[in-house]
Amino acid sequence: MNGDRPQALSAEGLSYSVETQTLLDSVHLHAEQGRFVGLIGPNGAGKSTLLRALSGMLRHQHGAVLLEGTDLRSMSSRDVAASMALVSQIAPYTHGFTSFELVLMGRYPHLGRFQIEGREDNRIARDAMRQTDTERFADRTLDTLSGGERQRVFVSRALAQQPRILLLDEPTSNLDVFHQLKVLDLVRQLVNEGLTAIAAIHDLHMAARYCDRLVLLSDGGVLAEGRPEEVLTPEAIESAFGVRCAVYPDPITGTLAISLIGPADVHASPAEEVPAIARGVEP
Amino acid sequence: MRAVGLTTLRGYRRMAVTSRLAIGASALLLLILASAAVSLSLGPVSIPASHVASIVLSSLGFDAVGFGNTERLVIEQIRLPRILVGTVVGVALGVAGATMQGLFRNPMADPGIIGVSAGGALGAVVAIATGMAGLFFLALPTLAFIGAMAASFLVYGIAAVGGRFSMATLLLAGVAVNAFLGAIVSAIIILLPDNEALREILFWLAGGLDSRSWEHVRISAPLILGGAAVILLMARDLNLLMLGDDEARSMGVRVGMARVALLAAASLVTGAAVAVSGTIAFVGLVTPHILRLLIGPDHRVLIPMSALGGAVFVTMADTVARTIIQPAEFRVGILTAFVGAPFFILLLIRNKRQVQSL
Repeated sequence: MNGDRPQALSAEGLSYSVETQTLLDSVHLHAEQGRFVGLIGPNGAGKSTLLRALSGMLRHQHGAVLLEGTDLRSMSSRDVAASMALVSQIAPYTHGFTSFELVLMGRYPHLGRFQIEGREDNRIARDAMRQTDTERFADRTLDTLSGGERQRVFVSRALAQQPRILLLDEPTSNLDVFHQLKVLDLVRQLVNEGLTAIAAIHDLHMAARYCDRLVLLSDGGVLAEGRPEEVLTPEAIESAFGVRCAVYPDPITGTLAISLIGPADVHASPAEEVPAIARGVEP
Repeated sequence: MRAVGLTTLRGYRRMAVTSRLAIGASALLLLILASAAVSLSLGPVSIPASHVASIVLSSLGFDAVGFGNTERLVIEQIRLPRILVGTVVGVALGVAGATMQGLFRNPMADPGIIGVSAGGALGAVVAIATGMAGLFFLALPTLAFIGAMAASFLVYGIAAVGGRFSMATLLLAGVAVNAFLGAIVSAIIILLPDNEALREILFWLAGGLDSRSWEHVRISAPLILGGAAVILLMARDLNLLMLGDDEARSMGVRVGMARVALLAAASLVTGAAVAVSGTIAFVGLVTPHILRLLIGPDHRVLIPMSALGGAVFVTMADTVARTIIQPAEFRVGILTAFVGAPFFILLLIRNKRQVQSL
């Protein structure tokens, strides 16, 4: 990994707590421009909180988020939104807006108070919908769409924002396998064209397959950080998720495959079983 | 039924904001002009349409003849200001209703939710009970306006206690303040020895547009049109706020600032309306709701359309109210509630699913 790429987004010692609960514990994170960074970790590890912090939504956090070197707190929310978009995990209630109307809202940070969307904005919104395969829902209200269709419309809105940095919180959680691959392929392609993406991804296999770097979170802190094969070790996965597993190169796709063996708590089966599989030896 | 509405209007929703606005606004403007024309000719003194046209033309500086002087006075000094007050009050209630429903993300929200109506009522009751209203013509609207604004500030103040503003607290604070001010109004009414003042209060509380003058137009129109303009400029922020604070913020909306500005403008507008007309019920609730079903939730179209729709609703209701039991007059506030309340119940039944999920 060459170190001369500029930092698109970085977190410096981010901490955040609600009452006595520590949700983020001095997290450092660096996303270089044109990289796809995956956030992985068990439920409650702090993935969504970290994404919210990175997007500047948490008000009483400690530490700093730097967007292309500038402290987020010194920027207007409009300037932040013009360079960074967020796709939330929980799609909001949409009050009868159509898909196209929603995607067009992504143009907000690029329009002045007295401006309305022009032909160019419409074109950008249409393109964004084409990229997520949602064009045919354009005139349908969002409450008539399935969860996965809605999720893709929200990805389109983020794209219509034309961000340089894209934050995604479980962008594939509601998607069928076809659309999981389509959406992640799309993000990958945009990253190859220069976008920086940071995504919380539940599926470790997908994370390994698409991301340049992974950040493994556990209890609000960073447990491991690096290239997928550096982070996704059986030891790290067992320590973060409490699950014994085998990690080996997938013979078909060539990326890392993870076979879950079982919860780690009760009397473990012979330990030597794991490394044998992890070396890629067929059982 | 809803699905049919959406299919027929699909082409409309696909149009640019400006086209949607031009089409919808011209339709409603025609309705306003038509209902104003009817309203100008109807009343205890029936004035033929041709005379109405001549009078309007001559007021605009054209040479027109063929009407009596009394007719001219009735139109210029009685009916026209009354229609104009009804129009701006309708604009205020429609705009404020659409704004509140957007801010609360709930189609059941009403301008009165933040205490403006109850505060205005208290101001007016004080003006009448102390006799100030009889001494000084503008005392009643002024006190009603002050009461409306004070009540809404009180409600915001409660919702912002501790530095964290919460819409849920705002709603509950509104309920509490409404109940409290309502209790004071009831107490004053019960303790009032003067029957004439009592009648006047009940009359005012029912909301009406009788004997409104050009003075009422002058004091309310600038506040209402100014507030409505502020809201219209923030219509896109309101669209994004409907999706939730986090969503709006991530798309660049200054959530706190936008919400305070919208709330302040909505209470200013409602306060000014309450000051000149009393509490006219259900207009702010029903108008945006019907229009939203027809033209969609985009506030850049919905706000101006609710303004015009509210004006149509109030002026038409007032025309019916003042002609239905001639020579006596019905109160417009009673009539709007009479039409609005059953409609509200219909909405409740239709939106049951939505309400349960809140």
